[in-house]
Amino acid sequence: MHLSDFQIFLLLTILKIVVVLVIMLTSVAYTVLLERKVIGLIQNRWGPSRVGPFGLLQPLVDGIKLFLKEDLMPMAVERPLFVIAPVIALSCALVSISVVPFGNVFTYRGVSLFEISDINIGLLVILGITSIGVYGIALSGWSSNNKYSLLGSLRASAQLISYELALGLSLVGVVLRAGSLRLRDIVDSQSAHGALSWNIFGGPARVHGAGGTTWAIVGGFQILGFFIYLMAAYAETNRAPFDLPEAESELVAGYHTEYSSMKFAMFFMAEYANMITVSCVATLLFFGGASSPLGHLLPDNFGGTFLSAIFPILWFVFKVFCFLFLYIWVRSTLPRFRYDQLMSFGWKFLLPAAMLNIVLTSLVLAFHG
Amino acid sequence: MVPIYYYLVLAAILFCIGIGSFLIKRNIITVFMSIELMLNAVNLTFVAFAHAHDNVHGQIFVFFVMVVAAAEAAVGLAIIIAIFRTRQTLDVDSMNLMKN
Amino acid sequence: MQLALFIIFAVLCVVFALNFLFQRHPINSALSLIVVMMSLAVIYWTLGAEFLAAAQVIVYSGAVMVLFTFVIMLLNAGEEERTRGSKIAYIVGIPGVIAVFALLAYTFVHEHSTLGMAHLGGHLNNGVSNLEEVSRILFTDMLLPFEVTSILILVAILGAVVLARKEH
Repeated sequence: MHLSDFQIFLLLTILKIVVVLVIMLTSVAYTVLLERKVIGLIQNRWGPSRVGPFGLLQPLVDGIKLFLKEDLMPMAVERPLFVIAPVIALSCALVSISVVPFGNVFTYRGVSLFEISDINIGLLVILGITSIGVYGIALSGWSSNNKYSLLGSLRASAQLISYELALGLSLVGVVLRAGSLRLRDIVDSQSAHGALSWNIFGGPARVHGAGGTTWAIVGGFQILGFFIYLMAAYAETNRAPFDLPEAESELVAGYHTEYSSMKFAMFFMAEYANMITVSCVATLLFFGGASSPLGHLLPDNFGGTFLSAIFPILWFVFKVFCFLFLYIWVRSTLPRFRYDQLMSFGWKFLLPAAMLNIVLTSLVLAFHG
Repeated sequence: MVPIYYYLVLAAILFCIGIGSFLIKRNIITVFMSIELMLNAVNLTFVAFAHAHDNVHGQIFVFFVMVVAAAEAAVGLAIIIAIFRTRQTLDVDSMNLMKN
Repeated sequence: MQLALFIIFAVLCVVFALNFLFQRHPINSALSLIVVMMSLAVIYWTLGAEFLAAAQVIVYSGAVMVLFTFVIMLLNAGEEERTRGSKIAYIVGIPGVIAVFALLAYTFVHEHSTLGMAHLGGHLNNGVSNLEEVSRILFTDMLLPFEVTSILILVAILGAVVLARKEH
């Protein structure tokens, strides 16, 4: 059977989407397990350990439990919105992974295998989808017809809008350096000299140029931008220490108080999928994406075609894992902010700091090239 | 290949729905939203004409319209909140203090 | 393919705009408007305006409409009541709207040959991206208007804060 290029493109794209979705959902499930295990160890207890070896089958059992629970529909809810809110939350969390490049360019008949799509406004797409995700939370709180839900969702909307500014501005330095919004270009701009040329670091490296080998300063020195991004991203994903919208000591469970069964599970999955997406973006923008921290110490085609295609993906997964671990570590260590502290932190500290970062980066780029 | 006038007719439809809801709706927030709908329809004509003339200036204009719309929404919603605080209603017909 | 995209998203636009018109509850209207704006973003993209497509999603659906839903939730706006004042709007408004639409549609259909065809991506597809083109013009020819809009936004922020603040 002979397939035309368009059919190949269509088939491979659908295949990529399915594979990425399956991996994403599995890693969401296992991030939950990782979180429970790590927090357990930090708090000097075991964490889940009964189901399967080391509790490895726990996510499966959790999923079955959530499926089999009765799907309660409270009397006074706004029915269509109540149902659609978790769907919005989950789908927005899952869609933004579609522009993330997981590995190096590896094409089969013109289709790049290690990313779903390569768009020249990739970064803006991620920001846009993140900003749509607010509706899931806002609508769930409003349609539940419950004061705790409403308070939680009002808090969440205000928090997300406020921190979106700092988040967006913290990325400008990276974009200025790469000169592009395509995520592939941003990764390429920091893959020349290993860890030194990553946007977060910087330092002297030997550059092979037209005039022979010289020493030059490489890297982005975006450490300020990175920390602003990290804090804003924690607030965007409603994670500790910024988990005000679901502060259980004040608001029962915040915006998903009235939800049960699969609808609750969708919010839960959306939160963890958002964590993964944010970690992917941090990896791509500040930590060189799929590029190896060793630079060219190893030869480029180390281990043949197959291994050299797999290694970048392993690096990528490893970096994302480190971010997820950091998330969990922070959650189990830091106490929750108060709401006015949260707002003044976002507006009075993060936003000016992000602006300062932009000014400094653009000055350096203007004078240094 | 799609004729440009398809886009323009779509914009005209959206614009007229915007006018219609501006006239019919009684809730001040919805009235305000229909203005946004009309602005969006006009933006679509700008983009379509920019495409027809192979010129990006139309898109720049849309960019400015968006900025102004955002500013307008912020001020407008602040006014709506202020009105609600004093009158306890969002109905445009009951805001008639200047009438009698 | 462009025709298919156009038809899908144009139909979405019109259906949800009509839904916007006929819904009684402001939050349903706001949600329909969001769908209209998202479909318009796709239509911008088919016309070769990627930057505007992204800006449409981020600014309109992500910021302006969030503000609207936020205010609707905050004021707990219920369904609107039908009042007498709208009678004149029905009598004069609806024929007026139909007349405006007829005029616009007639002009556009009449001039269709001079307007030409749209093709996916537009002329900016070869080498120069839409983003570069837009930003070059924005920061060279249009620099003064651009800076003036930033002052406009600053004034709008101040105005919004002053208006919405509680009087002490």
